[in-house]
Amino acid sequence: MGLMSRFSMILKSKTSTMLDKAEDPRETLDYSYEKQLEMLQKVRRSVADVATSKKRIELQAKKLEGSLEKLDGQARAALQGGREDLARVALERKAGVQAQLRDLDIQREQLETDQQKLVATEQKLTAKVESFRTQKETIKAQYTAAEAQTKISESLTGISEDMADVGMAVDRAQNKIETMRARSGALDELIESGALDEIGAGGKDDLDRQLEELTAGASVEGELAALKAELGPGDAPAAELESGEDDA
Amino acid sequence: MIVRILGDAQYRLDDAAFASVHEIDDQLQAAVEAGDPEAFASALHELAAAIRLKGKELGPDEFIGSDAIVPDPDTSLEEARQLLGDEGLIPDAK
Repeated sequence: MGLMSRFSMILKSKTSTMLDKAEDPRETLDYSYEKQLEMLQKVRRSVADVATSKKRIELQAKKLEGSLEKLDGQARAALQGGREDLARVALERKAGVQAQLRDLDIQREQLETDQQKLVATEQKLTAKVESFRTQKETIKAQYTAAEAQTKISESLTGISEDMADVGMAVDRAQNKIETMRARSGALDELIESGALDEIGAGGKDDLDRQLEELTAGASVEGELAALKAELGPGDAPAAELESGEDDA
Repeated sequence: MIVRILGDAQYRLDDAAFASVHEIDDQLQAAVEAGDPEAFASALHELAAAIRLKGKELGPDEFIGSDAIVPDPDTSLEEARQLLGDEGLIPDAK
């Protein structure tokens, strides 16, 4: 058996059989229409959910990009202070953040694709619902038992299939969102713990303190130099020393 | 013949077109049995492309049951297997 036949069986198993049970076939038309409207709501909610997930990922990416800059600055400061070991730690963390960012980018693209597909599904379903709304009234008006029965059961088969199809698409999207939510939650915790953030934020390990001291030391040195320069012209011994160096 | 591509639309195919589409379906089935995700993905895309090319999309005012159903073209082999497995369908040895 080919895959097409197998998928046909799967979809048929997902189609509602409730539609066949109404006494008056005309009732099933209204019932189907209500089901269509419900499904349309479901698709719309899914579109909104995907958009929310995308936003969350974009926010996380922004935070991580900020971390990249900070880590970069810290690596530079560490190297200037002659601490290659600390610079290495900062760059290692930077590489970790970059890997996370690449992963987020893949997820964002995936969500973008899902969003486009769901929007297309929503548009098609909207057109079908609108078309069915008028069709069912026509069928009801022309109602002559046998003929209508055939027409109704044919329409309902098509609609049941539509509902199963759209339902599967929504389920798939929701499953993906759930998986991404779990990953996003884990990443949020990582970001909050500071493990991915700049050295010195969150958990203060020994290296953090060393780097802070180094940065603090560097700023003291910097201020000292600035102070010297400011007082320089009046500072005779320093001037003498400089001129001596120039001569040599 | 009416063929539905899940997550997309239904298409009307004439007998010749349907027969040629069926050949790609056999490749797809072979990829499932071989457990080859890449062959599965390419056969599935080929199948959907052939249906869209050779068939005519049904309008929003047509409500008809399908003769055959094709999974969403971006379905992975793993997903397809889960779906097939869910229904307890055992691949037919034919």
